[in-house]
Order: sequence, then structure tokens, then C-alpha cells
Amino acid sequence: MKRKLVIIGAGMASGRMLETLLDMAPDAYDVTLFNAEPRGNYNRLMLSPVLSGEKTYEEIVTHDEAWYAARGIETRFGEHVVRIDRARQVVISARGETHYDKLVIATGSAPFILPVQGKDLPGVVTYRDLEDTNAMIAIARPGAKAVVIGGGLLGLEAAAGMAARGAEVVVIHIMGHLMERQLDPSAGYLLQKDLERRGIKVHCRGATKAILGHDRVEAVALDDGTVYGADLVCMAVGIRPEVRLANDAHLEVGRGIVVNDQMTTSDPAIHALGECVEHNRQLFGLVAPLYDQAKVLAATLAGQAAAFRPVQTATKLKVTGVDLFSAGDFAEGPGREDIVFRDPGRGIYKRLVIEGDRLLGAVMYGDTADGAWFFSQIKEGSDISAMRDTLIFGPGFQGAAPADPLAAVAALPPEAEICGCNGVCKGRIVTAIQGGAVTLDAVRASTKASASCGTCTGLVEQVMALTLGGGFKANANPPLCKCTDHTHEDVRRLIKAGAMKSIPAVMQELGWKTAGGCATCRPALNYYLIADWPLDYRDDRQSRFVNERNHANIQKDGTYSVVPRMWGGVTTPAELRAIADAADKYKVAMVKVTGGQRIDLLGVRKEDLPAIWADLNDAGMVSGHAYSKGLRTVKTCVGSEFCRFGTQDSTGLGIKLEKMLWGSWTPAKVKLGVSGCPRNCAEATCKDIGVVCVDSGYEVSVAGAAGMDVRETLPLCKVATEAEVMEAVAAFVQLYRENARYLHRIYKWVDKVGLDWCQAQIADPATRRALCDRFQLSQSIYQVDPWAEHAKPAERAKWAALADLTLEAAE
Amino acid sequence: MTWADIGALDDIPAQGARVVKTAAGCVAVFRTADDRVFAMADQCPHKGGPLSEGIVHGTSVTCPLHAWVFSLESGEAQGPDAGAVATFAVRIEAGRILLDMRRLARRVAA
Repeated sequence: MKRKLVIIGAGMASGRMLETLLDMAPDAYDVTLFNAEPRGNYNRLMLSPVLSGEKTYEEIVTHDEAWYAARGIETRFGEHVVRIDRARQVVISARGETHYDKLVIATGSAPFILPVQGKDLPGVVTYRDLEDTNAMIAIARPGAKAVVIGGGLLGLEAAAGMAARGAEVVVIHIMGHLMERQLDPSAGYLLQKDLERRGIKVHCRGATKAILGHDRVEAVALDDGTVYGADLVCMAVGIRPEVRLANDAHLEVGRGIVVNDQMTTSDPAIHALGECVEHNRQLFGLVAPLYDQAKVLAATLAGQAAAFRPVQTATKLKVTGVDLFSAGDFAEGPGREDIVFRDPGRGIYKRLVIEGDRLLGAVMYGDTADGAWFFSQIKEGSDISAMRDTLIFGPGFQGAAPADPLAAVAALPPEAEICGCNGVCKGRIVTAIQGGAVTLDAVRASTKASASCGTCTGLVEQVMALTLGGGFKANANPPLCKCTDHTHEDVRRLIKAGAMKSIPAVMQELGWKTAGGCATCRPALNYYLIADWPLDYRDDRQSRFVNERNHANIQKDGTYSVVPRMWGGVTTPAELRAIADAADKYKVAMVKVTGGQRIDLLGVRKEDLPAIWADLNDAGMVSGHAYSKGLRTVKTCVGSEFCRFGTQDSTGLGIKLEKMLWGSWTPAKVKLGVSGCPRNCAEATCKDIGVVCVDSGYEVSVAGAAGMDVRETLPLCKVATEAEVMEAVAAFVQLYRENARYLHRIYKWVDKVGLDWCQAQIADPATRRALCDRFQLSQSIYQVDPWAEHAKPAERAKWAALADLTLEAAE
Repeated sequence: MTWADIGALDDIPAQGARVVKTAAGCVAVFRTADDRVFAMADQCPHKGGPLSEGIVHGTSVTCPLHAWVFSLESGEAQGPDAGAVATFAVRIEAGRILLDMRRLARRVAA
């Protein structure tokens, strides 16, 4: 017969314990689960991304009602247990008594509330559960004022989350520097600077005197006389174990419920785990030891031998863009020595604390890539005397291993810990992958690695890449290139947020791993800076691909093709004569009509480019930008001027559009088509932007393609006048310029952001107008003919050889 | 003579290159962001692409045709590609770039 297990509390520790117990002994118990919160278990570590808007609640649920139902667990969510009757082995709740053979107390912790005046005012919250998070989300709007009391892990994550939502945030911390339990003063200072750069005010050595307000919170007053206005106050000054039930039941309680190595309390029928327990006079707040307790308790309940041994833990702060790591013991003391590395310009600080031949602690800020390696040195107590000279530079400098991050992971021994939350080592991940877990989700499911706070996801992926080789498909949004861990989207966002206005500034601020980037990131950064800072940034020619640097398309033999612009595909006899003369003069190998209704001159030598451009300029022609990530062509039909079916002047509109858009740089090439009637002779409906004229006006559609992919355009808007077409197209091109990833054509970008969103932006008059204005501003700088610039006599020498030594070398 | 004056350092843009014509073929002369100069044959061993037109990053250049990457110091292809480009000694003296002609002359004779 099954025995009766009652669990009080559905938090992360009890959730993990249940999972393990059901794996070990699926039929041993009938389980009843009480939870004061009206829901099951979710990943509490992930409340910070929910607060900042990077995740939703649904994404962080780990065990929902269906999960418990499928396992036959009776859930009593929202029902408080009010008393335990040990003599009769029952718990008493609102709905009566429930018998137990074994009872597990997992009541967690309660936030510590400062005993100050005003602590009970509406608008004062703590940061423990979803209710608190939702209360902060509801208030943290742009312009709202929030005060966070407490500059530890939780307080700072609350502050960063509300700041990300636009609130003005002040952090009040009683100690001399932030996160004093995890950081030394130097790293705390760097962290404070970083937060201040994000607009978060930090007030250290601030003691809260009172919370002021009539009907709800209005301000916070400090002992030193400072008063901060507040629409919301978040108290994050610490936690205390929730021990009331255990106290009332006369279990042995110190600061927490006292348990032995088997997680059993002073009553053999009652166990406890999580933040509510005290083991060897120690309390536990981080998730890694809680999960260890869960495993031990599951074994105890299943009748197996196990003992809880607390291990060292490492800390990372989950604030996007802040890189911070600490592990071990880093207090100063006799016989302890420091190795310190500082690079204030790059915001990097590393400190190792050594005693004898052992590494005791590590604090890293700004560059935490080697954190896992240092942590494993600390836990294993390795003798570091042989590598002491270069220890602070990390595993890349020990032996001959290169500084490549994959090599650093490859160098880790199988017992090195990858996931600190769940205590998963490299060997277990490798075994899981070899056992068939070939996706990140599968590895998470089978090992729990990267399934909690997620900061080790990159490491897990590197282990996967090493184990699977070419068979590994990285996550859907890989870093921009191997020089950085940031995605294109992150880089674009951070360039704007951090007002970075040069390529070196971006590389410095975002911690580029290479000097000078590579041929992938440099053109992308150059484009992003041009698009975001048209007035401040100067185009970096040396960061452009050859075609854009030389304003001509390189051919396989090193010669170039030259394509003059023919507005809307319309030319004149005089232009054709000038093109023919140029083709003769520069011995052009082929004259070809392009798909974009213009003429391509192929096989021009580089040193002849300025001269042929000057000749074409003299005949009134400018560069056709046939080589650029920019406006290429506007293809037109003859329209109402000649065609018996034409409804509008499609040729004239095409020319106007091309004259408005030419010279603009875009993430990838942009081609337009304008057809004079729905017969669509200009093939407008497979272009990046297409306009089809109808009797009543103009249908503007976008996101077509006729290359590697073939797509029909999707409707953007329908308008009545040419002027409205011009405005909609300029606004849409600007929307694309400001938001798309470099090298993504319009159809790929629209796939990502959704047509609905694009339509809404263009339909809103104020947004459309503002986009148009920003496009015109950019054009006032960038709409220039590059041929005319480079064909100037003073520039021409740069296109020829630097020196001709053909005769000297033969001597 | 062994060292030929091929021009001023300022004639080459930082993170860029210029070409010197020689009897042994075109030589690409690179200038890095920190004003060091390197010289190598202006021909990618893959499909003959003009390396002088590649993007210069750190002490590497990426071929403009198919993105092979070469070390400016050794001429060796980087990453998965195998191959090498001939390199030539080059130095800066009083703002002028001097190219060592001995190895070039040997290539002509060979």
C-alpha cells in the first residue's frame, strides 16, 4: 500500500525533489501538495527577465497543473496550511485535515521588512514572487519613480528590470559598496558606474529612516536627510527562513528549521528543505545547494542512503550587459595574497585571492569568460603554484592552449562544473549528448544544465559544438560573428542605447574579442553607425567590401563593371552615345543590358575607373550603385503616358521615387518596381517594394523577392496620390534601415518583425512623418554621387599602382 | 640595390593596401591600424583574387572574392582553408616604405 506524502510549498526546491523522487520511486507515495501561492512551480530565478520584459511568465513555468495531474499528485494551490499536529500526523488547512506518513516542509523564505514608518503603505513591495513582479511591472513606466532599498543581487535585478521598462530608479544601499557579500569594493565600484550609465542612481551608505505618503507611498527619507520621490518602493534587504509552522509544531528551530544530513528534522516523520532550513548552522539562498538538498531528500524518502554536503557556490548577476562573476572566499586575511588585473578603460577588473598554493576566491567584472575555470580550480583545490605567473589570464595561457573560447572549454576536465545552479559537470553533458540529446532543449531536459538561470547557456552550447562537431546547429540567433557574443539585434540596440559613434567605440564598449574585428563585423558595424548617427558618424571606407569601397563590382578576373544610373529605366540618345564612346575608349569587354533596365559596362580596369566615371559624369550620369547595399533600381513600365491600359504615370512616379531614394545605404540591396496597371509589366510584385497603379490610386506592397527565394509582395497600404506613395515608401525604407539586421533583405526582415507591425508603423501619421524626416536628414548627408568625388584629379592617383618596379626587379 | 623606395606610408590608407607592380607580378603592400606594413603577392592561391582589395583586420586580410583569410605576417591561410601566399620583407624609414627586392628578384630568376 502506498504511503501518504504531504508537501507544504511548491517552490523550486520542492519541485526538484518531487521530480527526483518520482524518477526513483514512482509508486512509493500518494502525494498531496499545498502551496500558498495560487499556482504551481515556476523558475523564480527568471523573475528578473520577466520584470525587464525579456521573458513572459508562461516561459518560466516549470510545473503547471497538468504536470501534477499527469503524475496523480493532488494539488491544493492557494490553500494555506495553518497548523501541523505531530501527535496525530495531520496538517490542518482551510478545507480540513490531511493525514501524512511523511511530511515535507518547503515553505521557503519571507522577505525581510525594515521596521520603519510607512512600511505598510500601498506601493511598498518586496521581490519574491510573481505578484511582486507584476506590481513592479504595473508601475514601472517611463517617467515613474521607483526606489529600491537594498543593493544586493535581488535589489539590483529589480532596479535594472524597472529601469529597462523606463522608470527612474534609485537604489539605496546601507553598505559602502554594492553586493558586498559577493564583490570587493573595486568590482562594486565598477558595477555602480555601469548601473549609473544605465540611468540608475546608486546611493551607498544610505540608511532608510521612513517611507512617506498618505494613501500610498510618495517618498523615501534617509537618515542623512536625503528624500527621494517614489511611486513604488521595493524592499530587497534580505530574507529570513519561513519557520512559523515548524515553531508552532515545536520542531527544533534555530534561524531556520534544523535538519540533519538526510534533511530530516527533529521529528523523524518530518523533513524540510530549501530556504527554510538550517544545516550545520548554515542557511541557503542560492539555487545550487537547494537542488542538492532536493536530491538528498528524494533519496531519503525513497529509502536510499544519501547525505547533504554543502559545496562552494558561484554568483552571476542576471542583468543584460553587466558581466559579473564571483566565487569562493575573497575576504582579506593574514597569509592571503591578491593577484589583481585592472583595465579601467575597458571596464575590466579581475581579482584572485590565493593562500599558499591554492586559489580561494575569484571576483571578475567586465570579462567573466574564465569564471567557470577559476571556479573549478577553487573547488578542486588545485595546486596553482606552477601557473601563478599567468593564472589571472585564465586557461588560455596555461600550456599552449590558444585563447579561443572553444579551446578553453575543450581544455576543461570532465568533472569541471558547467552549470552552477544544477551542479552539472562537463562529463554529464557530454554523456547526455552522446546519448542522443543533440539540441539545447534536449540537453536541458536530460541534465538540467542551463535550465535554471541560463547564464551558462553559451558554455553548454560550446560543449555541444565540441561533442557534435559539424552536426551541431547553434541557437537560432547566433552572435554577429566570432569577434563577439552579441547578436546583431543586441549590437544595434546597444549602439543606440550607449550612444556609441565609432567602430572602435563599439568594439571597446561591447568587449570585442579581436583587435580590429573581421570582414564580417566591420561592414555591419559601419552600416549600423551610418544608419543610426547620420550626422556624427563618418563612413569608414576601409570597413567596406571591395565593391562598395571601389564603387564598382569586382569581377572574377579583378576587373570591374560600371553601371550608370538610368532614372526609372529611361535614357536618351545623348546618354547612349556617351556610354558607347566610353565603352570604346576604355576597351570594355562586354556591354550588357541588366534586369534593372540599365546598361552594364564589364571588364574595366581599376586604374581606369576614375576616368570613365568622369566621362559619364560629363554626360550628366551618376553612379547606378549597382554594387551597393542600398537603392539599386526602380523598374517601370511606360504607364499612362503611352500605354493604352495605363491608369497612372508609372514612369514618372518611378523616376521620382528613384530620385528620392538614390544614394541611401540600407541593410541589403533594395529594388523597386512601379507598374501602371494590374497587368504589372514592371513585375512590381516580386520587388522589395512594389507599386501597382489602379484607377483609384496606388497599391504599395513590400517584401517580394526573386532571387534565391521567390516571394510575392504583401500589401503595405493603399493611397490616392503620388505624394502619399512617396511618403509611405520613404518611411518604410527608413523603418527597414533602422531595424533590420545587416545583409537581411526586406522580405527576411518582414518575416521576423511581421507585416502587421510594419503596417501599423506606416499607418500612424506621426510615426510615418518622423520616419520620413529621419530619412530626409540622412539623405541630406549621403545622397552624393561617389563617382564625382573619386573622379577628381587629386584622387585619381590613388586608383593606380603605388609604384611600378617592373624594370628595377629585372636588373 | 636591395631596398626599393615604393612610396610614403601616408599613400596607403590605414587598414588598407596598395599595389606595387613588379616583374614577378603584383605585390600588395598593406598598412595595419597601428601603422605596420606588410607585403605579399597580390594573388589569392584559391582563385587568384586581388588580396589588396580585401578588408584588413588586425594583422589579417580577407580575400574579396571568397573570403579566405590570410595572416599578413606569415602569408598562411587561416581557419579551415589551406594555402599560403608569398610574403616579402618591407620596412618603414623616415615615413617612406622600402621593399626588399632580393626575394622578388629570385622569383623572377626562378
